[in-house]
Amino acid sequence: MIDYLREIISGTWSLFVGLGITIRYFFQPVVTVQYPHETLPMTPRFRGHIELVKDEETGEPKCIVCGMCQKACPSNCITVNGEKREGVKGKVLTEYTLDFTKCSLCGLCVESCTPKAITFSKDYNLAGVRKEAYIFDLKKRLEAKN
Amino acid sequence: MYVDPEIIRLLAFLIGVIAFAALNAAYLVWLERKEAAHIQRRIGPKEVGPFGLFQPLVDGIKLMTKQLIVPAGVDPVLFKIAPILVMVPAIMSFVTIPFSDTLVARNLDIGLLAIFAFASVNVLGLLLGAWGSRNKYAVISAARVVSQNVAYEIPMLVTVVTLVMISGTMNLSKIVGLQMGGFWHWNIFNFSASPLMPVAFLIFFVCMLAETNRAPFDMAEAESELVAGAFTEYSGMGFGVFFMGEYANIVIGASVATILFLGGWDCPFGLFPGVHWFLIKMYFLIFTVIWIRWTYPRTTFYGLLNLSWKILIPISFVNLILTSAMLKVF
Repeated sequence: MIDYLREIISGTWSLFVGLGITIRYFFQPVVTVQYPHETLPMTPRFRGHIELVKDEETGEPKCIVCGMCQKACPSNCITVNGEKREGVKGKVLTEYTLDFTKCSLCGLCVESCTPKAITFSKDYNLAGVRKEAYIFDLKKRLEAKN
Repeated sequence: MYVDPEIIRLLAFLIGVIAFAALNAAYLVWLERKEAAHIQRRIGPKEVGPFGLFQPLVDGIKLMTKQLIVPAGVDPVLFKIAPILVMVPAIMSFVTIPFSDTLVARNLDIGLLAIFAFASVNVLGLLLGAWGSRNKYAVISAARVVSQNVAYEIPMLVTVVTLVMISGTMNLSKIVGLQMGGFWHWNIFNFSASPLMPVAFLIFFVCMLAETNRAPFDMAEAESELVAGAFTEYSGMGFGVFFMGEYANIVIGASVATILFLGGWDCPFGLFPGVHWFLIKMYFLIFTVIWIRWTYPRTTFYGLLNLSWKILIPISFVNLILTSAMLKVF
């Protein structure tokens, strides 16, 4: 009989303790981020799709069109093209295309790039309705950023 | 042309009661979502209107524009009548509830009995809807709901009998009238009638949760094992009416608890009694109901029946005997 009553009282008390915990949470500030209206800063090591790096002095891409990234890419999603121009040392980049539908974000291209001309972007809002939207012209992207 | 003012008064009350029930059903969903969100430290609905206040409106439009599917093989009459059978008794119960000393549609002398009579029709509606659905989940859920309601009606009614013995009347206005003049006169603190009155309030409140099929006693809509229980086959506004009926029943339950134990429209400090105090107490109880839902996990079905038969019923009988003994002695 005593055990029966003790169990009821301790059980009821535990219910009130539970209510106390939830009401404390109720009055504490919200911890969620309201995503489309506010975003968290991306971490520096976030690996998005690749992006060309601009040469700060000339304003042109740092890329020397060596084609190492194209060779390093295991899924052949990078196409690099360049041409010789009068009065310019080395090759000039004319095309840098990334087929993001095939890219697995392994980062071998970034690793193999000697002049550090490509880097990971922090872009993750990549929803789209057409497959063609994922063939990125990285040269145009760099120019649009300028 | 002469029109009896009593008829106009009743019509006004009818419209008012239906509007009150529908408004509450809509905005309690909003309150539930907001409260659940804040307990989990989220914001909840916030996009539609300021503080998401137009959310119930949009939800209602969504439910109404959905197709009302009547599956092949259901009993067409029972299937359609069941949501109404849940909603109508809830609205009828509002007729006898006194919101203040003047604001009552019909002050019946057997008001308390009428409310409990209407409240049990609610279970019948769920049972018919589930049976008419011809769905095994729905039928299992209905069997649970009926046994749950049978189990919890007993301690609830025994507690109510205790209160009727103390008050000597079933007229809700008179029950409140006996509790006027500060919170120490309320039945929950009426220690001269029985030292177990706060326990009686707790029993009544738990039974109210079980009767309205609220979590942690939501055996009717046991999402984890019975799909959606009795509502499995319902879509669109058929489901919406069930939902509204459920919230209207919560309002009824909170109102009755306010009237029986918390002094109705009486102010705790003896100042300015009125309908606002009734609403404050009622909405505090509803807040607690939602608070409980987002605190406790669901019980098992056996745990639920054990709670009623082994704990609530014996204690409510002890309270009944104690109260009658004290009424005889003092």
